[in-house]
Amino acid sequence: MVLYVLKRVLQAAGVMLFVAFISFVLFNYVGDPVNNMVGQEATIEDREALRERLGLNDPVVVQFSRFVAHALEGHFGISYRLQRPVKDLIAERLPATLELVFSSAILALALGIPLGIYTGLHRDTWLSRLILSSSLAGVSLPTFVIGILLIYVFSVSLNLLPSYGRGEVVQITGSWSTGFLTVSGWKAIILPSITLCLYQLTLILRIVRAEMMEVLLTDYIKFARARGLTDRAINFGHALKNTLVPVITVTGLQIGSLIAFSIITETVFQWPGMGFLFIQAVHFADVPIMAAYMVLVALFFVIINLIVDLLYFVVDPRLRIERTVTIG
Amino acid sequence: MTINRTSGRKGGFGHWVRQVADHDVFYSFTRSPVTMLAAFTTFVIVFASIFAPWLTPHDPFNPASLDLMEAFTPPVWLEDGTWKYPLGTDDQGRDILSTIMFGNRISLIVGFFAVLLSMLIGITLGTVSGYVGGWFDVVTMRLADAQLTVPPILIALLVDGVARTTLPRELQEEMAIYVLIFSIGIAAWPQYARVTRSGAMVERNKEYIAAARIIGIHPVRIMLGHIVPNVMGPTLVMATIGVALAIIIEATLSFLGVGVPPTTPSLGTLIRIGNDFLFSGEWWITIFPAVALVVLVLSVNLIGDWLRDTFNPKLR
Amino acid sequence: MALLEVDRLRIEFPTRRGVLVAVDDISFSIDQGEVLGVVGESGAGKSITGAAIIGLLEPPGQIAHGTIRLQGQQINGLPNEAMRRIRGAKIGVIFQDPLTSLNPLYTIGRQLVQTITTHTDLTTSQARDRAIDLLNEVGIPAAKRRIDSYPHEFSGGMRQRVVIALALCAKPGLIIADEPTTALDVSIQAQIISLLRRLCQEHRTAIMLITHDMGVIAETADRVAVMYAGRIAEIGPLRDVVKNPKHPYTVGLMDSIPVIEEENDELAHIKGAMPGLQEIPLGCSFNPRCPDAFDQCRRERPDLMPTGNPNQVAACWKYDGTTNND
Repeated sequence: MVLYVLKRVLQAAGVMLFVAFISFVLFNYVGDPVNNMVGQEATIEDREALRERLGLNDPVVVQFSRFVAHALEGHFGISYRLQRPVKDLIAERLPATLELVFSSAILALALGIPLGIYTGLHRDTWLSRLILSSSLAGVSLPTFVIGILLIYVFSVSLNLLPSYGRGEVVQITGSWSTGFLTVSGWKAIILPSITLCLYQLTLILRIVRAEMMEVLLTDYIKFARARGLTDRAINFGHALKNTLVPVITVTGLQIGSLIAFSIITETVFQWPGMGFLFIQAVHFADVPIMAAYMVLVALFFVIINLIVDLLYFVVDPRLRIERTVTIG
Repeated sequence: MTINRTSGRKGGFGHWVRQVADHDVFYSFTRSPVTMLAAFTTFVIVFASIFAPWLTPHDPFNPASLDLMEAFTPPVWLEDGTWKYPLGTDDQGRDILSTIMFGNRISLIVGFFAVLLSMLIGITLGTVSGYVGGWFDVVTMRLADAQLTVPPILIALLVDGVARTTLPRELQEEMAIYVLIFSIGIAAWPQYARVTRSGAMVERNKEYIAAARIIGIHPVRIMLGHIVPNVMGPTLVMATIGVALAIIIEATLSFLGVGVPPTTPSLGTLIRIGNDFLFSGEWWITIFPAVALVVLVLSVNLIGDWLRDTFNPKLR
Repeated sequence: MALLEVDRLRIEFPTRRGVLVAVDDISFSIDQGEVLGVVGESGAGKSITGAAIIGLLEPPGQIAHGTIRLQGQQINGLPNEAMRRIRGAKIGVIFQDPLTSLNPLYTIGRQLVQTITTHTDLTTSQARDRAIDLLNEVGIPAAKRRIDSYPHEFSGGMRQRVVIALALCAKPGLIIADEPTTALDVSIQAQIISLLRRLCQEHRTAIMLITHDMGVIAETADRVAVMYAGRIAEIGPLRDVVKNPKHPYTVGLMDSIPVIEEENDELAHIKGAMPGLQEIPLGCSFNPRCPDAFDQCRRERPDLMPTGNPNQVAACWKYDGTTNND
């Protein structure tokens, strides 16, 4: 068990190092960082001095280790456009994104799993058909279109909910602010979190349904039926537990995707999070922010994958055995 | 005891084509009015896109034909609407219907070529991986696995972002559409590689391949002549859904302002432009392109879903 | 009164190409404590008959007509809940593949206890004691310790013993064993067969043993029903059917069993293959392959008829007009 976890953590560290390298290459070789930092009137001597000061003349290995060391402390340099440390910019934006992603994940899971079970068990009822048809619409509606439609209906036409921003926020500690403590904060998060969750909700619903249907065809379910177990015990005990492994995988990935999709939602609702920051960075070729964002998102994905791997372990006894066998 | 006529894939592209023509498939098509409607809609959209320059009532990209006096004309059924602009005009007086038709064209071009690029990369790497195996296989599949954990839209966004920072500013607009095709194409190759690889591995172990190898046929010829045709069927089904996904990604990037420029707008660009006017009441500038996008994607998705269900009944 | 009586059972699968008849008017009965072997090629309708008896036909399969009676009470057409109470309690089932019959995520103890408490009033701890007894009975060594193991920690043969224990949980009067030994190694097969035999004798449990393996039948069954293309071709006591088969299909089947003592280089086999459900010929379904077929065989379908032996009946026009008193 410990070895398994250790192996996973090492793998994760490897992935992070790889991403850091890409980010480093991007940071140092895409465009000329010196050009981006000094004005047009700088002399060649000025530039050379800056190069020396930034360490751009050092060997690549040295530069990369320095980059990693800085990254570990959260330093990603200074934003070209905003002229502020990237670390501070991200720290300010992180709470907004995390709150949005968290609410969407809860919504997607709380609706997706029950609906998936229902449509998997009752394949041919009109309600199942309705849910499935709407789920196809859910896949076909791009996130930003959902956002625009919601804004048009609830903000422009009905004037019920705000269409941009986080509402009033409360500072908890230093840079951490939350919108969950004010009414306007709650109101502000409704539309963005619905927008963000719909696509993931659809995918979770579909995978739960597909797995449920597949498990219901297995021999052990047939055998459980043949033993006269109740439908309840079969559906929610035997079948549901067996769908968990693939469902956990997909769900984990989908929560990771929420972070990526938050870029779109944040742009539509001008939500002051990291995604919004990132897309502005792409517009203005603000490389330090892009590099930092990439590393941060990769970190999220790696952590989520790690949690998913550990959850497998809890759910499936076969894994526990195989691992101990390979280990001992 | 159940009747299973499509059990197992037996032999090659020819077999797949025969499956398409098979009574069952045609029957299932005629039994699914939704699919027929989707196919019809897709056909109309594709037709209108190809012939957009001849079909559109106005030329929205000729500044001479634009009249700022006619900007913000609402759709025909509203007050002040006119049949001249059935779906109204935007802030520059461009006919919405015409811009949508041209927008569809860009979206379809990007979607189609991006999928083509994904398939090219995916099938090449997948075939070589599956047929040759070894370290090449390990590296390719590791890469594919890693990329699959990240949503394609994020990959496309990053590739697009990097490409934009590398390109000189004056070339950006001109190259935008190629950059998009490249970014989206790169983002989706792993799925094709995976399917192709597993198909290639099955095929590799068959006797006719062994025979071909023994008589000294060049590996490249074996791959192109025997392996690739055999894995085309499932790949093409995937590609249909892939086009829908590529169109969504393109529209999203354009909406975020990092896709095609406003001078040759795609549907996503149109929605982005119109979004600014949503609050001032000119909803039609953004809602109509949005509806057009949803109809296009939904139709392609419906066809893709139907294809998948028909050729892979297990997934139903 | 027989324990199980199946009377003119007909099972159909409606498809858009027409109705397929999987089981066509079959009748048989099983007495208490008796082992009835049901033998036939795959697709002959054996397993479907078994599924119909426990009320678990896969849609779109349905019973078109006929009755299934257990202890005199008709059980086909019962409401789902009533049928569920019969499954496991009065009729136990054993499936072919022990590797896939057990839920991989639960310990075998949990699966046993759940089945026991579903059908009896025992408390969980009583059910656990009973589960251990059952595991001992089916020959799982160190049952007390192994009850908390997961299925993947057992070998195939041991898993099939667990499956049998699960079928026995509520002491059913009838067990339907669908190819119980097919997925096992030959040496394990013999053990499982003798276990079934022993349980049958000790508890007076009847077994409907479905298999395509004449060898298994020969070692286990009291009576044999031979199925062909959805019908029973012949039914009678094991010894009579094996030594003196009446139906030409059974004759062919017996000839195709290799016998070591005979120095016959070539094994006899029946020409052709069993017809699929959509291409069953007019008349006797065996007629195109039958060496003895005559005109009537190609026109009319024979019912089971006396063959001269009081216990053995066969669906063959050869015996038309024969009575048991001959």
